[in-house]
Amino acid sequence: MSTIVRSIAGIGRRTLEGISRMGYATRFFIAALMRSGTAFRRFGLTIREIYFSGVLSLIIILVSGLFVGMVLALQGYETLQTYGSEEVLGVLVALSLVRELGPVVAALLFASRAGSAITAEIGLMKATEQLAAMEMMAVDPVARVVAPRFWAGVISMPLLAALFSAMGILGGYLVGVVLIGVDEGSFWSQMQAKVDFEEDILNGVIKSVVFGIAVTAIALFEGYDAPPTAEGVSGATTRTVVTSSLAILALDFVLTAFMFRGIS
Amino acid sequence: MDNLVEIENVSFSYGDRPVLKGINLTARRGQVIAIMGNSGCGKTTLLRLIGGQIKPDQGTVKVAGQVVNELKPLDLYSLRRKMGMLFQFGALFTDMNVFENVAFQMREHTKLPEDVIRDLVLMKLHAVGLRGAADLMPSELSGGMARRVALARAIALEPMLVMYDEPFAGLDPISLGVTGNLIRRLTDTLGLTSLVVTHDVQESLKIVDYVYFVSEGIIEAEGTPAEISASNLPFVHQFVHGEADGPVPFHYPAKPYESDLRLGA
Ligand SMILES: Nc1ncnc2c1ncn2[C@@H]1O[C@H](COP(=O)(O)OP(=O)(O)OP(=O)(O)O)[C@@H](O)[C@H]1O
Ligand SMILES: [Mg+2]
Repeated sequence: MSTIVRSIAGIGRRTLEGISRMGYATRFFIAALMRSGTAFRRFGLTIREIYFSGVLSLIIILVSGLFVGMVLALQGYETLQTYGSEEVLGVLVALSLVRELGPVVAALLFASRAGSAITAEIGLMKATEQLAAMEMMAVDPVARVVAPRFWAGVISMPLLAALFSAMGILGGYLVGVVLIGVDEGSFWSQMQAKVDFEEDILNGVIKSVVFGIAVTAIALFEGYDAPPTAEGVSGATTRTVVTSSLAILALDFVLTAFMFRGIS
Repeated sequence: MDNLVEIENVSFSYGDRPVLKGINLTARRGQVIAIMGNSGCGKTTLLRLIGGQIKPDQGTVKVAGQVVNELKPLDLYSLRRKMGMLFQFGALFTDMNVFENVAFQMREHTKLPEDVIRDLVLMKLHAVGLRGAADLMPSELSGGMARRVALARAIALEPMLVMYDEPFAGLDPISLGVTGNLIRRLTDTLGLTSLVVTHDVQESLKIVDYVYFVSEGIIEAEGTPAEISASNLPFVHQFVHGEADGPVPFHYPAKPYESDLRLGA
């Protein structure tokens, strides 16, 4: 009996803790937005962070994009061939990438490459009192440390997703046209004809901006909220990757449901 | 307004564990004040109260006539511009080199031209003997060097109040003497006020104007270095002479040793 009561009490406690943490995270997010002045006035700070989270993620994004595109072309060719419509291979590759795989896979990679680094860095800055020292020097760490990283993530994410898709299309071209021998002209012309700027590309960009906001906000909050110890920081880093991956996939479903419902 | 720092009847607890229980302390302008006490007695906590990082449960903390624990965030920030703090573990920014660490507040709070900043930073680093280390990253410094850089950073904008949390820990005897003299000299030449948390009784008695001993959450004893050296209070005597037996317990409160080790069980 008492174990049942205790476990119910445990559920209640965890729920309350979860809700209050959500509230704290929301306030943190709003504070980061409100205090973004510095991130734009001294854009050099943001550029620096774009280098760390964006530029340093390039290799993994480009290589993964290439391979994903190559696999798409292989798999797509297998299926299309049975219907005798190999010439739409380019369309298949491009649409899969710009609508779905580009934003989603790039965001997942970004979460594990840059998100975890952001959490670990902020968490360690907190654990070693660097954030407290900054406050004592009358410099607001949310404005000076958090906001530039946030905007850097939001700016980097769509660019990385676009590069991922571009590399994927190149990979699809290499496998489909160069290796398998699909007609080059129809590969590109079908792609040009069937990929719509607003419906496909713009929606993909919107997705990646949303993912960029989600991943960076989660990573920053987890770092800022991490217990100031080694285990605290490592736990927070893990949570960043898990939470932001789930957030990406869930948001992707919601966004897709809204965006592509009416499209044939 | 002779008193720069006035702490009246301040109590503070972490959760339900009381750390400070009614502290009174004043620092006059131009003085170097030492705060001593056994490890874990709440010295760092006291400095954090003065800096407004935490708020007392009771009592008031006044700096330059302003009640720190009642200031709005913006006012607190403008007061902090006039405070410097050396953190116990340095707290250097690990993503910047030594030079940038010291230049940090100049870049954040002033519009000084680059060559002026350069000269000021090198002067501060020279004062702590680390001008040659300007290009090193914090990870390349030894513990004592990091502390001296943190000291240079704390005094970078020549604040009116500098709080040093154990500036002498981890220093060799030469750097220790130099650092002690530096604190004294800065206080005198720039007219600052310095609060020095330290365990180094001999060194601090040489340079400070007044000493507070914290124990069990209250000020157990206070006085000028001469009074402290001559004191017969068992507490002060034990501390100044580093004796294990006396009113200051070495052990954190615990069960009796025998029962903890389960002797006789
Ligand atoms: N963030 C915290 N949460 C809970 N308790 C704390 C926290 N920081 C310090 N304490 C407790 O408060 C007491 C005073 O800590 P404080 O750091 O002020 O000691 P101190 O006098 O600076 O010690 P030392 O000379 O070892 O640096 C300690 O017993 C410590 O256990
Ligand atoms: Mg301390």
